[in-house]
Amino acid sequence: MMTDMNESELVPGERRELTMSYHDGRTRRVLVVDHEVAYPDGKLIVSRTDTQGVITHVNQAFVDMSGYDRDELIGEHHCILRHPDMPAAAFKDLWDTVGRGDKWQGYVKNLRKDGAHYWVFATAIPNVREGRVVGYTSVRRKPSRSKVNECIALYARMRAEELK
Amino acid sequence: MSENATTTPLELTVSPDFSPDHIAGWYVFNTWLQRRLGERIHLELYEDFAAQRKAITADKVDLIYANPHDAAMLVREKGFVAIAAPKDCPDEVVIAVPADSPAQSVEDLQPGLRLAVTRDPDVNLIGMILLESADLKRDNVETTPVSTYVVLARNLLQGKADCGFFLKEAFDDLSAPIRRQLRPLMTSQISLVRHVLLVGPRAAHLREPLQQLLLSMDDPASDGRRTLEALGLSGWEKQDQEDTEFMIDLMDTLMV
Repeated sequence: MMTDMNESELVPGERRELTMSYHDGRTRRVLVVDHEVAYPDGKLIVSRTDTQGVITHVNQAFVDMSGYDRDELIGEHHCILRHPDMPAAAFKDLWDTVGRGDKWQGYVKNLRKDGAHYWVFATAIPNVREGRVVGYTSVRRKPSRSKVNECIALYARMRAEELK
Repeated sequence: MSENATTTPLELTVSPDFSPDHIAGWYVFNTWLQRRLGERIHLELYEDFAAQRKAITADKVDLIYANPHDAAMLVREKGFVAIAAPKDCPDEVVIAVPADSPAQSVEDLQPGLRLAVTRDPDVNLIGMILLESADLKRDNVETTPVSTYVVLARNLLQGKADCGFFLKEAFDDLSAPIRRQLRPLMTSQISLVRHVLLVGPRAAHLREPLQQLLLSMDDPASDGRRTLEALGLSGWEKQDQEDTEFMIDLMDTLMV
């Protein structure tokens, strides 16, 4: 069971409350505040998961930007960061692509523990050891603002289609 | 002494991005290694990345202190194994501009930027990633390759370039008067990318003894401490196979 978000930990601001459903049938109550946290200059946000998408490693930049403690992240499914404004099709494309053994790249709006969000340009690759995929590495970079603005419009259209 | 000692000496080389201040240090290190391992090792310092790459392709190199970009190739294509990495010495990149540049952040840099770079593949890779947030790519900047970081700094000071990529260590090693006329616009804080010492197939018998030797160099009782100082390092830490695979995966994510 994924932990619901806690109202007492939110950043100030008007909040939206939604229930998100994930690929494995789990649901989670999420609280969203329309507040963007700037990507830290010069850093890469790095994580690794097992083949099921369960987090096995995060770097300090990941911890800092997500707002969670490291212990809360390790063992949790990566979708703990999924923002409700992200279209499901983007993540399906990610998992289909890395599942084929290929590299995936895209712009992603991530949800923080405090309800705020941060945009990243993400690259995910399969970790191949002795010919076998043992997990995935994802590295996020600072995105360009013009690309983020394009994605805000694109993802809103995709979400509207998905909700029809 | 192994069989190799009576045949061709092994070749040790160093990524050409090492600081010129440490040339003598690598010779001291090589002498120390030969004495401690009882092996004949020839140190070859190549002038540039292209010359070193040619030697690697021709299978001349047996031991190498390599940057992460070359390490990935050496492990995947040449059967090298990374055994150690310098302690507290990640490869970070400084994007620098002349001190009087109007740019206050990377986002102030515009297409058409005149960019000076060395041929250091890691620094250039990370540098270009740091420029992505300004919508700058290889095809909308004017890149001038130069031979060394000192020449790069001179290009900036002479107004021949607007911006340059430095290995942080090389930027910090510039003389104070030159550094004062430059301004870091951004410094990477990646921590996970670093040089490693790798052992090739012909020197496979040295992996274990060499690793033990390197890891003990900073022991207070070791005669390796002065050698470390000459290299500008505080010590070595163990690099296992998974550490290397992780770094290669990380480099893979950046090479797009």
